[in-house]
Amino acid sequence: MGEKNKILKEVTQSDYKYGFHSDIEQDSIPKGLNKDVIRLISSKKNEPEWLLDFRLKAYDNWLKMDMPKWAHLNIPEINYQDIIYYSAPKQKAKYESLDEVDPELLETFDKLGIPLNEQKMLSGVAVDAVMDSVSVKTTFRESLAEKGIIFCSFSEAVQEHPDLIRKYLGSVVPPTDNYFAALNSAVFSDGSFCYIPKGVRCPMELSTYFRINASNTGQFERTLIVADDESYVSYLEGCTAPQRDENQLHAAIVEIIIMDNAEVKYSTVQNWYPGNKEGKGGIFNFVTKRGICKGINSKLSWSQVETGSAVTWKYPSTILKGDNSSSEFYSVAVTNNHQQADTGSKMIHIGKNTKSTIVSKGISAGVSQNSYRGLVKVTKNADGARNFSQCDSLLLGDKCGAHTFPYMECQNKSAVLEHEATTSKIGEDQIFYCNQRGISTEDAISMIVNGYAKEVLNTLPMEFAVEAQKLLQISLEGSVG
Amino acid sequence: MLTIKDLHASIDGKEILKGVNLEIKPGEVHAIMGPNGAGKSTLSSILAGNDRFNITKGEVIFNKKQLLDMPPEDRAREGIFLSFQYPIEIPGVSMVNFMRTAVNEHRKYHKLEPMKAGDFLKLLRDKKKIVEIDDRLTSRAVNEGFSGGEKKKNEIFQMAMLEPKLAILDETDSGLDIDALRIVANGVNKLKTKDNSTIVITHYQRLLDYIVPDFVHILYNGRIVKSGGKELTLELEEKGYDWIKDELGK
Repeated sequence: MGEKNKILKEVTQSDYKYGFHSDIEQDSIPKGLNKDVIRLISSKKNEPEWLLDFRLKAYDNWLKMDMPKWAHLNIPEINYQDIIYYSAPKQKAKYESLDEVDPELLETFDKLGIPLNEQKMLSGVAVDAVMDSVSVKTTFRESLAEKGIIFCSFSEAVQEHPDLIRKYLGSVVPPTDNYFAALNSAVFSDGSFCYIPKGVRCPMELSTYFRINASNTGQFERTLIVADDESYVSYLEGCTAPQRDENQLHAAIVEIIIMDNAEVKYSTVQNWYPGNKEGKGGIFNFVTKRGICKGINSKLSWSQVETGSAVTWKYPSTILKGDNSSSEFYSVAVTNNHQQADTGSKMIHIGKNTKSTIVSKGISAGVSQNSYRGLVKVTKNADGARNFSQCDSLLLGDKCGAHTFPYMECQNKSAVLEHEATTSKIGEDQIFYCNQRGISTEDAISMIVNGYAKEVLNTLPMEFAVEAQKLLQISLEGSVG
Repeated sequence: MLTIKDLHASIDGKEILKGVNLEIKPGEVHAIMGPNGAGKSTLSSILAGNDRFNITKGEVIFNKKQLLDMPPEDRAREGIFLSFQYPIEIPGVSMVNFMRTAVNEHRKYHKLEPMKAGDFLKLLRDKKKIVEIDDRLTSRAVNEGFSGGEKKKNEIFQMAMLEPKLAILDETDSGLDIDALRIVANGVNKLKTKDNSTIVITHYQRLLDYIVPDFVHILYNGRIVKSGGKELTLELEEKGYDWIKDELGK
């Protein structure tokens, strides 16, 4: 066991790569949640009356709801009064050029590898960088604007495109949908808004980076994407967060609306701080992501690589309303040490001849618990519905857990639903076989995990695929032995 | 090249190797035979670096280095290759990717640049011919869905790719029909040079008709009890292992 232990020790020294903290003045409001806090948030953002009403109504609903307990998760009691619901770096609302932005802020973005400067513009990715509830800069806005594409912070969209927001906000995830949706609808801070007009194919990947900075700041992001008829957009969401001892709550909402013959590709690489090896600290990631394929022939593709958070609770879902609409969900979810995940997808078939695909690959290591929970629902009039679901679990070591809760509700006789599941582990014999060919244990695990996750990684846009591969490797360091 | 001195090893408290001594020089082929439970596979596992076994006494020197101090991947990179008795499957990892990683790890250890893709593919093609291995096999995941014979051929193919100094063939003949046996043996013979050596572990004399040993050792009850030339195998074939037991008075 000697050599193996030595390797493990060296490898587990590597710290969470993004574990640093910016010393920027924060403009925070005191802890606690009540109607005054909500009014304060709304006024700080200069919001119209109808939006304040939306928030207050959501809050009233939230008060009547209870935290759901059905997940296969062990979550400590959350004290909602012990959280700061708004925190923004002290900055002006708009920046004409990068010179006006706090240099420490820019340094933070550099460390995170966010392309905010002119050079990066050439790589063709427009970035709306979100930092603790306020969007700092949106690059490429002008070039996108030429095509009529709107890509800006949610707060800006409220000011400049209030009709669009009013029309679509809450149309896919109503505030009454679930406990955390209600909370988010009351206190959402900022996020991204994207509108692709009829017939336009967005020429670049749109990207957003998230970061939680100040202690005890909940991140309540709100994203809204609308793809009008015959349009296309590929959207990337990537998250990092600094090391913290206290848990931080992340209850976001993503709503996507897709019209006739339009397509949205939504990719996520998530590596929020997962807590330390003893299970202390880490982000609680409770997210409601949902898209509606409203139009005929509309399409929504979800791709995600989830490696972070202490607790992950999310089910990116699609409502297949339009005839011939389709949706795919490709996911790799990794849990290590004491992480927990209860994730999956929901595909709701409503229109005719709709199709859905779910490929979920879970990887468990350490003493973590990784659960897949999926729902394929075919409603009464959804003739010709087709679904293929595959959920695979890979176990590293013998102290972790993988669980599957697949649900199928079918009310239409013409539906074809297929479900496959596999469970496997990386055996010591496989590692030894690789060792004997000169391959180190770490590289062996990396090779095997990549082979396992290949199908999902191949669905990510190129820029993300490389980061995702590295992330898989880092998140599994020290997991076999 | 390889010196094993008084090697004692146990697993789960049970002693399997009770003082093995062996000397192998470059260019030599040594056969190790013995009945089941003698410790043949234990010996090959220990040489490869499987840490399930406890080394209680003795030392192993390979290429002037203390082998037992080295992790398995370094032993491989130093030039030890084990053709497994039961090659394991690694789904999702293609043979090409696997071999390229292995080849480049060996090169890195010897301070060489990684092989260029074009050169690697050429190497792959050339070595495939030596073992008459099918193109289909190399495009699949490591050993996944391979028959017993294909797995053994794949072991020798990997050996051809890595060009080891010391190849340990652990019961390479088990599970092979006569044709596959001939092909595998041919492959091994083609890879022989005056600088590399081979340990052939087997029950049966038949493989040794094809891979002719310079020395034959009989491992019995954790010790090498008899050594000789090829004629030893014929005696064993004729008299069986009971002959050894009787000779040793057990």
